[in-house]
Amino acid sequence: MAREDYEIVMGLEVHCELSTKTKIFCSCPTEFGGEPNTHCCPICMAMPGTLPVLNEKVVEYAVKAGLATNCQIARKSKNDRKNYFYPDLPKAYQISQFDLPLCYEGYVDVETPEGEKRIGITRIHIEEDAGKLNHDEYGRGSFVDLNRAGVPLIEVVSEPDLRTKEEVEAYLRKLKSIFEYIEVSDCKMQEGSLRADVNVSVRKKGATEFGTRTEMKNMNSFRSIVRAIEYEANRQIDVIENGGVITQETLRWDDVSGKTFSMRDKEDAQDYRYFPDPDLVEIRLSEEYIENIKKSLPELPESRKKRYLEDMGLTEKAANFVTGSKYYSNMFEEASSVCGNAKSVSNWIMSDIARILNEREEEPDELKFSGKELGELVTLIDKGTISSAIAKKVLEEMFKNPEMPSKIIEAKGWIQISDEGAIKEVVAKVLEANPQSIADYKAGKDKALGFLVGQAMKETKGKANPQMLNKLFLEELNK
Amino acid sequence: MAISKEEVIHIAKLASLNLTEEEIERYSNDMTEILEFANEINSVNTDNVGETIAANEKYNVFRKDEIKQNVDKEALLQNAPSKDDGMFRIPKVIN
Ligand SMILES: [Zn+2]
Repeated sequence: MAREDYEIVMGLEVHCELSTKTKIFCSCPTEFGGEPNTHCCPICMAMPGTLPVLNEKVVEYAVKAGLATNCQIARKSKNDRKNYFYPDLPKAYQISQFDLPLCYEGYVDVETPEGEKRIGITRIHIEEDAGKLNHDEYGRGSFVDLNRAGVPLIEVVSEPDLRTKEEVEAYLRKLKSIFEYIEVSDCKMQEGSLRADVNVSVRKKGATEFGTRTEMKNMNSFRSIVRAIEYEANRQIDVIENGGVITQETLRWDDVSGKTFSMRDKEDAQDYRYFPDPDLVEIRLSEEYIENIKKSLPELPESRKKRYLEDMGLTEKAANFVTGSKYYSNMFEEASSVCGNAKSVSNWIMSDIARILNEREEEPDELKFSGKELGELVTLIDKGTISSAIAKKVLEEMFKNPEMPSKIIEAKGWIQISDEGAIKEVVAKVLEANPQSIADYKAGKDKALGFLVGQAMKETKGKANPQMLNKLFLEELNK
Repeated sequence: MAISKEEVIHIAKLASLNLTEEEIERYSNDMTEILEFANEINSVNTDNVGETIAANEKYNVFRKDEIKQNVDKEALLQNAPSKDDGMFRIPKVIN
């Protein structure tokens, strides 16, 4: 059978670091970086006799995340111990949630090439992050840094509703975007604050039973997630096509070799012996508490999109793109209020800004300039101070050096020539050097005009006002 | 309900314990007894009792999200059998 005869079934477990100031069960800072073991205390280091106390913001943020993803909110919830041995887990158990997660039965709608698709969210629960192991090349051992231990996470478990790698990426981007909007996490994949485990299985199209699934861990970029899915689905199909059987196992994705490796054998299949943590008490949420959080939620992407379509005249495509990221959306709103040209701002975001970010392998949260700068750039084009060709160069410059565009064009001497006398001179010069083009134009070849304008642009290093050039060339040619 | 030898071996493995044949036998008997003792609870009538999800009657014990940091790093690491560069040093871990 060919690969097209198979369907890939995927579910995601997304771990997202909450942007609280302190850890989940102690008052240590969650700040990224820092010298090893300096954001620690006896509680997160699991010293005997210490007791955890739950951070109220963790509950609030998790409930916010649940409400923003259409989840039910548990009125009664608790923390459980998940038991396993690993040197980055000082207590030898992780405090997580087992049968009573804070949020359950939600969904998000994602854009796919075939239209909108609803992806179910099974649950969202709170838990603590583990520490970090460092290895050195001299083989002296491994080194444990517990700065991350106890940093609060939410784990968002999806239903096995995802079928293609494009859907997986769209779903992840949607979650990232929602959590950024409601400000519960900065979702920086490059710092590991958003990580995904993907459960993958394959089955023949039309089959109703799910195949045996494998779980891939260790992925922290959209690119590696997409590559890992492709690799793992193909591997499973090959195994089945060759008469083999898929083993349920946990795999580690290695970005360098582009392969998955088995992490634990089946014999140790997850037996975490969950039980309620006796050091922590029940969480009870009142209607009033939930209602207050609901009221505090900021405007979500769906509602912004509606506003962009109805009040600001964007196309469906532009509105989807701009609301896809809080950073784009905020930049769009600020820039539009500065220059009053929403359409042009959205075009700059969709085309050049997105393209340059892509080339730099960066995400919108890494943009160094704001809507203020972009708004001024559009104003400068609209006023005719610079051409859009120059504006592209200014934008490239803004990525390197986030200054006001007016400052950049002044420093670089890129101001557009709109002085009629100066442009007339250039036009005369170009016409004199290109008699053939004049003849072509008179013979009805309109293309010749474009060539002449191009020559004049070259002559002025792109600084001539294009509308004026056009007008003056036509005047001369039609004499 | 009895705890079989196989279950004892499995639990010991999860707990990283090496048990002798004799110990497996003993724990199998002990754990069976403990379970039987705990099973007596099943004979209590709970018809009008709500579900208990925690052993403590208190609920909503929370902490404010405020940083408090006054810990001496040296003190935190002082009992480590081995340390280096401000970190706990352990035998090499291979994934
Ligand atoms: Zn701590």
